[in-house]
Amino acid sequence: MSEPILEMRRVSKSFFSIKALRDVDLTVYPGEIHALMGENGAGKSTLMKILSGAYRPDPGSEIRIDGQPVQINGPHGGRAAGIAIIYQELSLAPNLSVAENIYLGREVSRGGLLAREAMQAGVGPILARLGADFTPQTLVANLSMGQRQLVEIARALHARSRILIMDEPTTALSAGESERLFALIRQLRAEGLAIIYISHRMDEVYALGDRVTVLRDGTLVGSLDKGEIRADAIVRMMVGRDVSSFYKKDHDPQARPGAPVLAAVDIGDGRRVKGCSLTVHSGEVVGLAGLIGAGRTELAHLIIGAAPMTSGHVEIEGRTVSIRTPGEALDAGIAYLTEDRKALGLFLDMSCLDNINLAVLGRDAKFGGILDRDKARERAKRAFAGLGIRAANVGVPAGGLSGGNQQKVLLSRLLAIGPKILILDEPTRGVDVGAKSEIYSIIDNLAKAGTAVLVISSDLPEIIGICDRVIVMRAGHIAGQMRRGATPLSQEEIMALATGTEQLDA
Amino acid sequence: MPENGASAKTASAKTAPATPGLAAAQETKRQRTRMIIRAVGMLPVLLLLCIGFHVLSDGRFFTGQNIGIVVQQSAVNTVLAAGMTFVILTGGIDLSVGSILAASAMAGLIISKFPDLGALWLPVAVLTGAVFGILNGALIALLRLPPFIVTLGSLTAVRGAARLLGADTTVFNPSIPYAFIGNGALTLIPGVVSIPWLWVIALLVILVSWLVLKRTVLGVHIYAVGGNESAARLAGIKVWAVLIFVYGVSGLLAGLGGAMQAARLYAANGLQLGQSYELDAITAVILGGTSFVGGIGSIWGTLVGALIIAVLSNGLILIGVSDVWQYVIKGLVIIGAVALDRYRLQGSART
Repeated sequence: MSEPILEMRRVSKSFFSIKALRDVDLTVYPGEIHALMGENGAGKSTLMKILSGAYRPDPGSEIRIDGQPVQINGPHGGRAAGIAIIYQELSLAPNLSVAENIYLGREVSRGGLLAREAMQAGVGPILARLGADFTPQTLVANLSMGQRQLVEIARALHARSRILIMDEPTTALSAGESERLFALIRQLRAEGLAIIYISHRMDEVYALGDRVTVLRDGTLVGSLDKGEIRADAIVRMMVGRDVSSFYKKDHDPQARPGAPVLAAVDIGDGRRVKGCSLTVHSGEVVGLAGLIGAGRTELAHLIIGAAPMTSGHVEIEGRTVSIRTPGEALDAGIAYLTEDRKALGLFLDMSCLDNINLAVLGRDAKFGGILDRDKARERAKRAFAGLGIRAANVGVPAGGLSGGNQQKVLLSRLLAIGPKILILDEPTRGVDVGAKSEIYSIIDNLAKAGTAVLVISSDLPEIIGICDRVIVMRAGHIAGQMRRGATPLSQEEIMALATGTEQLDA
Repeated sequence: MPENGASAKTASAKTAPATPGLAAAQETKRQRTRMIIRAVGMLPVLLLLCIGFHVLSDGRFFTGQNIGIVVQQSAVNTVLAAGMTFVILTGGIDLSVGSILAASAMAGLIISKFPDLGALWLPVAVLTGAVFGILNGALIALLRLPPFIVTLGSLTAVRGAARLLGADTTVFNPSIPYAFIGNGALTLIPGVVSIPWLWVIALLVILVSWLVLKRTVLGVHIYAVGGNESAARLAGIKVWAVLIFVYGVSGLLAGLGGAMQAARLYAANGLQLGQSYELDAITAVILGGTSFVGGIGSIWGTLVGALIIAVLSNGLILIGVSDVWQYVIKGLVIIGAVALDRYRLQGSART
């Protein structure tokens, strides 16, 4: 094999007295896609921030590029060393054009005036090489998430970066966009770039990874070569123990069928959701699958009254109900877990205690709306113990928790009201493997206790692993549904329904 | 690098699993320190100012009489700032409190001159404020108009209403009922300790505000709306009701402030009374550590902020700073307070 392009030796990083990274080694070769995995907080981001120059490693750490020791100081240092990072939250200015974004911070000027044409000409060939279907003049605001990612990559290539770090690049992409991105990543590999690919998703690591390195608790657990990459091995390395049954599904509605609890009848909003009907029974976990943009979240928002319904109605336990606000949905026993917990779910500055109790404060309150603080504390502590929420105490702000713990805090708020119907929108997005497995077992227990659960998810293995029935949406319609029978549900059939290619040979 | 703090924190939580108790204790301690800094934040500044003025004025600051003047002067602003705290906690702003104060004082004084209704002037003043505040709130909550614009409009419109009420003249009533709340004092130890009634009212307002904000469901909902309005709506909180409430409270307390002024002066003038009071109230709230973005802050901070402003005004006069320079210095204090606000936000989870 060729010489490594990047070698990290005994890299450590301490924050005050706490070691976020401990003697981590990482070797990356040109023309390699190196997957980096680990639970949230395992140290992946810290490692990447050292490479980008955002953090300075502790003394004794060594970084070599092309065999030469280097010091990476500040973001310019990372760029000078040929390292580019594409963050989860893209760092583009939507009000500027593609060319202006690519040249951001290194604008070309002639006589003090911006040389727009020169910049656009400089960007053209790179966009062509990436197969972009937009021009340098296009405003970034008008691009899809996938196209924006392309702009980020173009920026990296334009800076002559040879090491590309991608942090969960498919989070915001549709399936088709992800496929195109994978093809592009393979093309870049063929051109000799080294790609460090951070992801939680096993299928992506299978599809792309030439090698996988796993971090846990700030230390290196080990690396696997292509032939050795297997899900159970990676999960074991990440969590440090055997995850016997990752997807937990002990409840069995077929053995003990429940009554229909939630029925949506022909509901629509006249735009994104067009006449959808579905039923969820007590003790049943129903998956709602579909591509991004198929209208799944919008459908959920209609059911809980977060958006106005223009047609159809909702029935709960056979009775037609009128739900106009999320508050009325809660009163009717429907709890909804948002897909965007930071923007629409949690109060990041408020304590976990307040976040957990928020929905039941009124119910618990003493005369005159005075808070029952003992009851609230008791409830929060029970939630911490019951759901395995890891934080210093119930008083810490929710914003300081890891993704998985934040999700569990939000889930506790919903469980506190004791819902008959639970709608979970991407319940494990941005959640590490350990917490994922815990969330699955929470869902399973709820179903056993008779709750009707509707799970919206883009993670097909998850849907197949935990659901009794899958409803597939396409372009605002219900495209079809499948029941779990003797044979497990198949990913291909769901995708075929979701994309509208049923006639395609499997 | 917006996520540095957060990722460092999660990383640290994971890397020290062997001593969770210790890490937890450290985290609790750090969090408590942060809370204390946020809560008492400006208290040391207040004390330093007091001591500084005492020294610079050759010992004329810490006298019973002067302290009495300071608290009396801070009382109305404290009451306005308490209402403003409710509003700013939801991420809003109320620019109309000065005008509402004037209109309420006018309404109260006019009623006080009717022989049969005279005693009702106080509730009338307070209710007038509440009505204007609820109007603000309704426009903001139900029509979803920006608070800045709505209250900027009512700043002007209510000022006009205040002038209309008195036909653009000054209304006097030297025999206004309850005049004692404006100029009298509550005697605690006869001949030794007495507290001006204005200050007693201000402290009661602070106490009740604290109870509402920290001990009631409504209080948590106010913080929630300010912290994340969309999440609050999705969590089933009646955001519109919370907004109408906070602007209603701000108006009501502006009305109370108007009553306090009327009782103190036995007179009100729709044009002059309460001019630019909203700025002092906002300054007090921000000095007190309440974030302009909403969701963070405490009523005790507001009390400290209001005292700082009163001490600053009083102290600058004591040491003979000219009226012109007082403006400059106070303006710089406002900017400094907002700079502090930005600095404080950096330590929060939401950046």
